[in-house]
Amino acid sequence: MQDQITTFISTELLKDPTRKIAFDEALISSGLVDSFSLVDLALFIEETFNARIDDTELTADVFDTIEELVALISARRKS
Amino acid sequence: MTTVTEVLYRTIQEEPDRIALVLQSPDGDQAITYADLISGALGYANILEGAGVGRNEPVILLLQHGRPLIEAFFGAILHGAVPAIMPFLTEKLSPERYRQSLAALIEITKPAVIITYPAFADEVASARKEGDSVRSVLLWTEVEPATDISWEMLGGMGSEPEDIVLLQHSSGTTGLQKGVALSHRAVLYQLKTYAKAINLTGDDVIVSWLPLYHDMGLIAGFIMPILLRSKLILMSPFDWIRAPYRLLSAVSQYNGTLSWLPNFAYNFSARKVRDRDLDNIDLSSWRAVINCSEPMRWKSHEDFFNRFSEYGLKRKALATCYAMAENVFAVTQGGIESPVMVDEIDRRSLLEDQIAVPAKAGEDAIKMLSAGQPIDGTSVRVVDAEGMDLPDRHVGVIALQGGCLLSGYYNREDLTQKTFMGRWYITGDLGYLADGELFITGRKKELIIVGGKNVFPQDLEELAMDVEGVHPGRVVAFGLFNEDIGTEEIGVIAEVDVAEDDHRMKIAREIRDQISRGTDVTARYVLTVDRGWLIKTSSGKIARGANRDKYLQESA
Repeated sequence: MQDQITTFISTELLKDPTRKIAFDEALISSGLVDSFSLVDLALFIEETFNARIDDTELTADVFDTIEELVALISARRKS
Repeated sequence: MTTVTEVLYRTIQEEPDRIALVLQSPDGDQAITYADLISGALGYANILEGAGVGRNEPVILLLQHGRPLIEAFFGAILHGAVPAIMPFLTEKLSPERYRQSLAALIEITKPAVIITYPAFADEVASARKEGDSVRSVLLWTEVEPATDISWEMLGGMGSEPEDIVLLQHSSGTTGLQKGVALSHRAVLYQLKTYAKAINLTGDDVIVSWLPLYHDMGLIAGFIMPILLRSKLILMSPFDWIRAPYRLLSAVSQYNGTLSWLPNFAYNFSARKVRDRDLDNIDLSSWRAVINCSEPMRWKSHEDFFNRFSEYGLKRKALATCYAMAENVFAVTQGGIESPVMVDEIDRRSLLEDQIAVPAKAGEDAIKMLSAGQPIDGTSVRVVDAEGMDLPDRHVGVIALQGGCLLSGYYNREDLTQKTFMGRWYITGDLGYLADGELFITGRKKELIIVGGKNVFPQDLEELAMDVEGVHPGRVVAFGLFNEDIGTEEIGVIAEVDVAEDDHRMKIAREIRDQISRGTDVTARYVLTVDRGWLIKTSSGKIARGANRDKYLQESA
């Protein structure tokens, strides 16, 4: 799951497949994933992992790293 | 009525219980009557009075999109002071950069006070210099709504039509040093003439997610409906960008009739709204969706229409507008009485001869969307470098004149002088006239517009130069239009000394990070090149346009 998300962010959002993203690297608060791309990220997660992330949750307060995002998705899938 | 204050006074006398606006947030909708709005605003007028702010003194509002910002804005006007809204610090911006922007704003605008949040007071304090103009930093938590106030005592009741009512800035260090000063007379004249151009009535419902620090959001999506008593449904750009369906839901729920959008929002909505969010959405009340503030594309209109026509969107609702803060807002309007005119022109003649020749069948054509015709009281000319009128269909610089023009750039007489030729304001934008319709082909020299936001390349270049390994003065930034997303993306080219790929990639990454944290945009393409790659002008300056062309050729 982590790899899929990382690949999506570097390839689709950043258009830079060589970009490595650490699991604890800030995504939203750093501006790495800009606000225009947040909807894409949510759509990707829903389609790929069948986990819904509400638009109000697309903020650094809810998740800011791949690690936190993975935890959020895992929790959603169980429930 | 000759001042904004008088308009508000008349409104509160006549219809205090009328809904001025509905403020939407994910937590719910909040209907605010004129009585509520004015009472909140008077609270701000009170604390400005208490702080000894005099008439015509600037007040900077550092508040997020929401009720305090709305009330503080009108409160400052009621007090007779001059509000200027500064974009709020987003979570990704580095505080250090923001501080520099704020310091630049304080230095030129010389505000008497700044109104902000308690949590932000330290930030403001650190941007200040000893002996600056700021007499106090006021906190919105100190404000109490006021009801029994004698209007006669309000500073704003003494405002004169030629007094400055508000300042508008673009973002970034460069934009913040250039405040457009608008008089009560100019703003009211714009509302009168623009309302006529769009046939605005009290039955209209305006739905907007636009930020209030930008002319489109501030005038069309805020001041106009409130002063002319058309209902306003207002949401935050922060909420919309995460959930673009919210605009459509609001139009459906409130029978919205009018909205203004930057071009990218047409593509963004068409591509990113899920079907499940469109259940029971009815867009048939939308009589005009007006494309404004960045280059308008025929394809964007088509994509938007094709996506939402089955939800009741009418083709004739698609409209266009050419606007700028220097004219308060609108200069021209198209697509209200009749569909937006589409001019199919020959691509080569436009690029090589700067003439818009109607395309013959089989030729490589560009579909240009007309920006419409000048609104009443505003005249438009297309001129050459000497200021002489050009014939129809010849591309030149757009100049304008009329009753909505700015009083000047605030405390920047030098800049004001430079941009006027007699009574004509030289916009710097490029376009042509054909049968009375204005077509925009290019914008202010080198200005980049990303998602409707003006970005000055020099701000981006300065940030890139701070990265270790980049040659000072050897960076260029420019915009590249992306058809899919309907807006420009940012390209940066930097000369570096290192040859190893890894090291170069690291520098490119740092440039990206630096720009992300230092501005509210991101750089899409960052190229590191050898010394001597960048083309310079004869005077030794880096030529942005030439380097952009070189980049496009090399990457083609």
